[in-house]
Amino acid sequence: MENMVNVTIDGQELSVPNSYTVLEAAREVGIDIPTLCYLKDINEVGACRVCVVEVEGARNLIASCVQPVNEGMVVKTHSRRVRQSRRTNLELVLANHNRECLTCSKNGSCELQTLSDELGVSDRNFEGAKREGHFDDLSPSVVRDSSKCILCGRCVNVCKQTQGIGILDFVNRGFETVVAPAFEMSLTEVPCISCGQCINVCPVGALTEKDNTDLIWDALENDDLHVIVQTAPAVRSALGEEFGYPIGTGVTGKMVAALKKLGFDKVFDTNFAADLTIMEEGHELLGRVKNGGTLPMITSCSPGWINYIENFYPEFLDNLSSCKSPQQMFGAIAKSYYAEKFEIDPKKIFVASVMPCVAKKGEIKREAMEANGLRDVDAVITTRELAKMIKEARIDFNKLEDQSYDKVLGEYTGAGVIFGATGGVMEAALRTVVDVVTGDDLEELEYTAVRGVEGVKEASLEIGDLTVNAAIAHGTANAASLLEKVKSGEKDYHFIEIMACPGGCVNGGGQPFVNAETRNSIDIRVERAQVLYSEDSGLPLRKSHKNPEIQALYSEYLGEPNGHKAHELLHTHYNQQEKYNRNK
Amino acid sequence: MSLVRSHVLVCGGTGCTASGSLSIEDKFKECLEKFDLVNEVDIVKTGCFGLCEAGPIVVVYPEGAFYSSVKADDIERITEEHLLKGRIVKDLLFKEAIEENVIKSVDEVKFYKRQKRIALKNCGVINPEVIDEYIAYDGYRALGKVLTEMSQQDVIDEIKRSGLRGRGGGGFPSGLKWQFTKNATGDVKYVACNADEGDPGAFMDRSVLEGDPHAVIEAMAIAAYAIGASEGFVYIRAEYPIAVNRLEIAIEQAKEYGLLGDNIFGTDFSFDLQIRLGAGAFVCGEETALIESIEGRRGMPRPRPPFPANKGIWQKPTLLNNVETYANIPQIILKGSEWFSSIGTEKSTGTKVFALGGKINNTGLVEIPMGTTLRDVIFEIGGGIPKGKAFKAVQTGGPSGGCLTEAQLDEEISYDNLVSLGSMMGSGGMIVMDEDNCMVDVARFFLDFTVDESCGKCTPCREGTKRMLEILDKICQGKAEMEDLNRLDSLANMIKDSALCGLGQTAPNPVLSTIEHLDMKYVEHITDKKCTAGVCQDLLQIKITDDCIGCTACKNVCPVDCISGERKSLHEIDQNECIKCGACIDKCPVNAIIKE
Repeated sequence: MENMVNVTIDGQELSVPNSYTVLEAAREVGIDIPTLCYLKDINEVGACRVCVVEVEGARNLIASCVQPVNEGMVVKTHSRRVRQSRRTNLELVLANHNRECLTCSKNGSCELQTLSDELGVSDRNFEGAKREGHFDDLSPSVVRDSSKCILCGRCVNVCKQTQGIGILDFVNRGFETVVAPAFEMSLTEVPCISCGQCINVCPVGALTEKDNTDLIWDALENDDLHVIVQTAPAVRSALGEEFGYPIGTGVTGKMVAALKKLGFDKVFDTNFAADLTIMEEGHELLGRVKNGGTLPMITSCSPGWINYIENFYPEFLDNLSSCKSPQQMFGAIAKSYYAEKFEIDPKKIFVASVMPCVAKKGEIKREAMEANGLRDVDAVITTRELAKMIKEARIDFNKLEDQSYDKVLGEYTGAGVIFGATGGVMEAALRTVVDVVTGDDLEELEYTAVRGVEGVKEASLEIGDLTVNAAIAHGTANAASLLEKVKSGEKDYHFIEIMACPGGCVNGGGQPFVNAETRNSIDIRVERAQVLYSEDSGLPLRKSHKNPEIQALYSEYLGEPNGHKAHELLHTHYNQQEKYNRNK
Repeated sequence: MSLVRSHVLVCGGTGCTASGSLSIEDKFKECLEKFDLVNEVDIVKTGCFGLCEAGPIVVVYPEGAFYSSVKADDIERITEEHLLKGRIVKDLLFKEAIEENVIKSVDEVKFYKRQKRIALKNCGVINPEVIDEYIAYDGYRALGKVLTEMSQQDVIDEIKRSGLRGRGGGGFPSGLKWQFTKNATGDVKYVACNADEGDPGAFMDRSVLEGDPHAVIEAMAIAAYAIGASEGFVYIRAEYPIAVNRLEIAIEQAKEYGLLGDNIFGTDFSFDLQIRLGAGAFVCGEETALIESIEGRRGMPRPRPPFPANKGIWQKPTLLNNVETYANIPQIILKGSEWFSSIGTEKSTGTKVFALGGKINNTGLVEIPMGTTLRDVIFEIGGGIPKGKAFKAVQTGGPSGGCLTEAQLDEEISYDNLVSLGSMMGSGGMIVMDEDNCMVDVARFFLDFTVDESCGKCTPCREGTKRMLEILDKICQGKAEMEDLNRLDSLANMIKDSALCGLGQTAPNPVLSTIEHLDMKYVEHITDKKCTAGVCQDLLQIKITDDCIGCTACKNVCPVDCISGERKSLHEIDQNECIKCGACIDKCPVNAIIKE
């Protein structure tokens, strides 16, 4: 048991574990000390000085987010001295901030805005020079506007610590300090993997996704086009947050209804393509095991992860499954099988994706992501952008009646749904691989060892006379530590699932913002994943190969998994990237 | 070692090197050959003598003849007259080294007489590049004593009893720091030396490393033994090439002699030392930023706790002291804590090295017992203000310190006293200002430095000091109102109260202390729009008085053609156009143009 210490906060006495910070202790008794740079587990640096408190006996004010409690500590959290200091610090931040709040994409979800309101700042005190801003929108995924940056360091730490990359860091000193890539290069010239985790943690609008809603609106306006949309599994787990639903509320039916109201000709599900991916990837794995192919085989659904391995672990490129991601498989099938089946000119099909991910925006532009000379997917918007479109179209989301996905590319199994959570692809693959190898239809299909938010997970499974060793990593820092173990020979696996984002797609870079305060008490990765696992358990079909539309696709069109046609449409290749290149 | 008749000590510190001491050394060698004195006279390149004002310095023993501002052309005379014929060359001696035709040795000169040299003991005495010279002056005896006669706790107790406090600025009791680090749990511990001297004008740490590097190495080994470390780092700025070079040589020699490495003095104790070069950021003198930099990251302070004693370099318990602190250690071990604590005041024992600069006759390094008054340092040792000007203020503690005025001149120098006066010891910069200095401008100068050197991590320091500077600019330009002074004061206090590290917390000190002691100067700038010291350009007017003879010289020299007037009649300056360059003042043959 932890050692407890007694502290007094604003006159209230309490006993808390000695590992607590003053901030955590205060929250135990309902005192919500304001914070700005602080982000639990990611950025605990004491830089903004907004969370300062007065500690008896201390000469200066103390940053409560990093100050551990001591026995007998007496703390004041809202004395005049504290409030003035907080307010002045916030005013100082605002004085150097691009205050185009009304036209900022973060308007309404900006933590600086909220705090300014709550702490009653007036920024007229400090008019003066402003730092020169730098605007970079060359990346297909991430837009950086340093004129809005408040130098909290959250993006720096999430990129460096959580993702193990370190694209962004502080550059220059003092008042001239900016957060930027090395030499203030564009994000396109550095090994940014476009995971968008920096966007998710940015308290202001300094890092945002590249907005592609106009592409979708334009397509929807164009009567010559047959506009179809696919929604990734994780989108349904979080979209509701944008419309006031508690975190962890699934809104599949309303989302489908909203998309139909927006005017899409068909609303399909990436889950369908996830099932297809399992067919291809599962058979690829079996093939590699049987024929002595390169092992471990590593999943390839996460485009952030693909960017990462191409930049940082090119020696493992042969280990990657050659499968396109579900998003791309969907597009390829839509413009071939679907087009033929419904006699639509594939050139007139516009495939839109709603993704929890900003790297997907770059994935559709990759060289090999086309079939028959047509891009697999034409435009990607994130969960956030979809919410924006729904709001702009003045659709009353909460009042929508649930609707179902359209047929042919809309049927899915529980295996497809859980793709959105870390371990989901592994679990889905195991469900199919076990049946294929044993020829059975196993009822035991939940593999709990691969679930959860542990950074690296392992499972060992007896399938027939074969022992399959599997590992799962999410967040690229975890991926790196796993790959290092494989490289050194310390670990030996058959199959590895890697997702670039911590927690998998449910916590992707395109998901609704969750502010620091909420993150103190809720692990959004767990809550959102729960939506997917509960949808899975409620579905009649939970194994990809049982999906009747998938079965039809193979029998009517593709033939065998990993067959010639499948290879042409559903597989791709990878290339080592040059990390720093001015001409990228 | 061969015995010689005379030793010629040539200062090899940075200051004297810059003014040509290397060529002096070469010239001496040449002349010794010429006069066939090679076997009778030794040339010793030493560390800094301290009186940099009078460099390059050459001292000839056994007489202790103190030659100052020596030029290469003087060497032949010194060699022939003094070294060959035994006649001191009086006209080349330091001005105070000769009084009524009586020659005083270097120790008798006023500048040195009041000093007490512990940290600088060997500076200007031995050749820092020869370990034998250090050993001859009791070098490494303290380490031997510690390793063979004292327990770890004995050493720490001795340091505690000595009352030694950190010489880097904070003044934290060193023994206590050692104790914390010894008590911290951890299998690996480090000792580190802060040689990232950053205060403008302060160079005592550089001088110690240039003049007596082994003292620091020996002290770090003692510290390592006391806390249980076997590895150490010296973090030194790359702008100190001579110090780095001598330290490298010293480490090599210590390794050769087995004074660094495994099983030192045949004991179980092993210790190795590495140099880490800093790029010169002021903030890297802050201990946690220094540690970040040693680890290869951007030098930005970490929140404390955890303190380095518990989690320092690579999260291991780390003892970090500055150069001057270490330089005291061997002496304390050899002469005892009682001896050390008998020097100075009760709570500030020993001595402190100050770098005298600004408007003072003897600029340079002085080491004085704690408790000496500011007046003694400035007027006795420092020789007072040049050109008979009036003293206005003294700035102690560098950019983090504050300004003290005439009223505080008789105060004793000690950690706590300086802090209570609104300044601080800092690393020992002491900048003297006279009647020609504008204190608002001085405060602005120091703030400008901290604005530049802020690491950018915390809001108050990054944003707040910049806003303070903007207000000061307004004041110096005559655009401020009294409300601005209130804003300046409250912002300064807020920054002091809420900044993350020592740099930010002390950055407002120059402003706060000048407001406290010299607030009328601010008011004068704001309400009267005047700078009586004549420094703030925007508040000055250049005027032509009735003494003008109408010669048109001013009119012809004016670069912006803002002077009008007919020949032989009174000229006039258009104040809206005047750029206050002062060219007309210099040109006027009858001193009819004035600044006011």
